[in-house]
Amino acid sequence: MVALAEIEASSLGIREVRKSFPVPDDPLRRWPVLDGISFSLAAGELVSLIGPSGCGKSTLLRLIAGLESSDSGELLIGSEKITQPGAERGLVFQDPNLFPWLTVRRNIQAGLVARGVLREKRHEVDDFMRLVGLETFADAYPHHLSGGMAQRVALARALINHPKVLLLDEPLGALDAFTRMRMQDEVLRLWQGRRTTMLLVTHDIDEAIYMSDRIMIMSPRPGRIERTISVALDRPRQRSSPDFLRLRGDILEFVHFAGNASIENKS
Amino acid sequence: MRPEKHNSRPEISPPKSTTQLPSAPTHPNGDAIQRIERGSELGWRAQSAVPLAALVALAIHLLFSKSAPVVETHSYTLFFYEIVGVSIVLSIAQRFWMRLRSWMRHMCPILTAAILLLGLWDIVTFGFQLLPMPYFPGPAAVLRNLINDRALLLDSTWHSLALLLSGYTVGVLVGLISGICIGWSTPVRYWGMPLLKVVGPIPATAWIPLAMVVSPSTVVSAAGLIALAVWFPVTMLTASGISNTRASYLDVARTLGAGRAYLIFRVAIPAAVPNIFIGLFMGLGASFLTLVVAESVGVKSGLGWYVSWAQGWAEYGKVYAALIIMAAFFSTIMTLLFKIRDRMLVWQKGVIKW
Ligand SMILES: Nc1ncnc2c1ncn2[C@@H]1O[C@H](COP(=O)(O)OP(=O)(O)OP(=O)(O)O)[C@@H](O)[C@H]1O
Ligand SMILES: [Mg+2]
Repeated sequence: MVALAEIEASSLGIREVRKSFPVPDDPLRRWPVLDGISFSLAAGELVSLIGPSGCGKSTLLRLIAGLESSDSGELLIGSEKITQPGAERGLVFQDPNLFPWLTVRRNIQAGLVARGVLREKRHEVDDFMRLVGLETFADAYPHHLSGGMAQRVALARALINHPKVLLLDEPLGALDAFTRMRMQDEVLRLWQGRRTTMLLVTHDIDEAIYMSDRIMIMSPRPGRIERTISVALDRPRQRSSPDFLRLRGDILEFVHFAGNASIENKS
Repeated sequence: MRPEKHNSRPEISPPKSTTQLPSAPTHPNGDAIQRIERGSELGWRAQSAVPLAALVALAIHLLFSKSAPVVETHSYTLFFYEIVGVSIVLSIAQRFWMRLRSWMRHMCPILTAAILLLGLWDIVTFGFQLLPMPYFPGPAAVLRNLINDRALLLDSTWHSLALLLSGYTVGVLVGLISGICIGWSTPVRYWGMPLLKVVGPIPATAWIPLAMVVSPSTVVSAAGLIALAVWFPVTMLTASGISNTRASYLDVARTLGAGRAYLIFRVAIPAAVPNIFIGLFMGLGASFLTLVVAESVGVKSGLGWYVSWAQGWAEYGKVYAALIIMAAFFSTIMTLLFKIRDRMLVWQKGVIKW
């Protein structure tokens, strides 16, 4: 029973969510960004979201994080409606958005301070700094960090709250290929260790296949989930195995087709 | 000619490149080290410029004081002997003290120019009396006044400092609070901003007639005026800093579980600190102005009072003496504020140095 409740609490349900933004020049008209998005994430699932730029991926994550409210539809975490931001849903933004006035250490422990639990959990700060390989930069200010280092700090800052659902908006986009692959493994290790439910937005199809249980492909204007693909490969996955490459080919073909279709629709 | 040139070039260049290429990486390095070593000694010119300038200014003064009426200029000549003496001591000390040396290297030109300017001032006023006399005394007379009247000047400085600090502190505190409220809360902004926009731009000194009547003591009303002068820029800049906090910082904090107190005190205010300091500097300038005006109009103490009092007796030597003290006083306070800002904004890139 307890286990079931746990699963209930950490799974994420999105039903028929719509979101529009006012058109800048014409305040009477609204621009539909998300048009009836529905999906759900089982507890402990890692799902990727891919789609062309501007299709509403970041908007969807902001809705789940509670930073925006939807026009209609339901967003549920377990059985609770999402109405406002909360520490049980972590969000790593597309830009690191580190607080420039805080050192690396203080950025990472910001979540503990915000929740008023710094005293009890201070020992975890070092673990997370080590996890992202920044223990030597503990007292550096963000303007001394490279883009990749800053993104790693942002990741540690979101992880320190042990969120039940972690929303990742292209968290590894700024990293070089090697660091990126290492960080992918780190994120996977974290995910397997804690069984955090993760929703990962990425532009990198390889990354989506390498990491996720399922891949959702979005189409733009208005944003819809066009297709969901299960990745039934054994972990750890081989990036050059025939199955991996076949899946990659399928997705590329579909994305290409979807992209063309949307261009045709427009003209 | 031409073929010769063509021939000579390949002949010279290959050996040059072959011999220099291996040594090239070390050579510039060695050069740089040498340059640092050479630079680490203070040249005789830098060492002697200040005392020489002092001697020149002294010579100018002595030349003119022969023909001039007898005045007590002993302290002025002594001043130059002291400069020469201190220069000699410093040029010995700098051999053993790196930081003093680099300070001297940095300060030498500007100090020399300042001393020569003293000499020029001496020529124009005391020497040839090119400027109407009671209004433009020479540097010797100013220095004499500075020394003779030091007790009263010190007392005036002390009173000015007390008045300035009390007014400034109150103005900053109230300004920060009102600025944070206006910047953060939409209703407060709606009601507060019009008031701020209408009342704020009135120069604080324009309230003097009213303030002198309303308040029981002129010192209290002067402090209030200074506070008012400081309050406006501090409020304005704090409010704009708070309301322009990058939305993404607030979003990040909210996803980390931050409540309102965290958002205000740990996100919005730190983000607004660069702006707040601009307000503090503007407020400081306004407070200097208000201080001097209030002191010369109503308050019966302080440097502003001293200046207008000395002017009433046509003692222009004292006026300039007080102006010199004021300059030192105000720029010291300004420098202190810059130092505080540099400490608080280490996280910011490229802060302007004072
Ligand atoms: N606050 C807003 N006001 C108006 N329009 C917005 C706002 N936020 C997003 N949009 C619009 O919504 C659309 C989707 O934006 P979103 O940032 O979600 O895209 P995305 O899929 O994350 O793109 P990318 O991959 O480039 O990050 C864009 O066309 C954008 O212009
Ligand atoms: Mg995005």
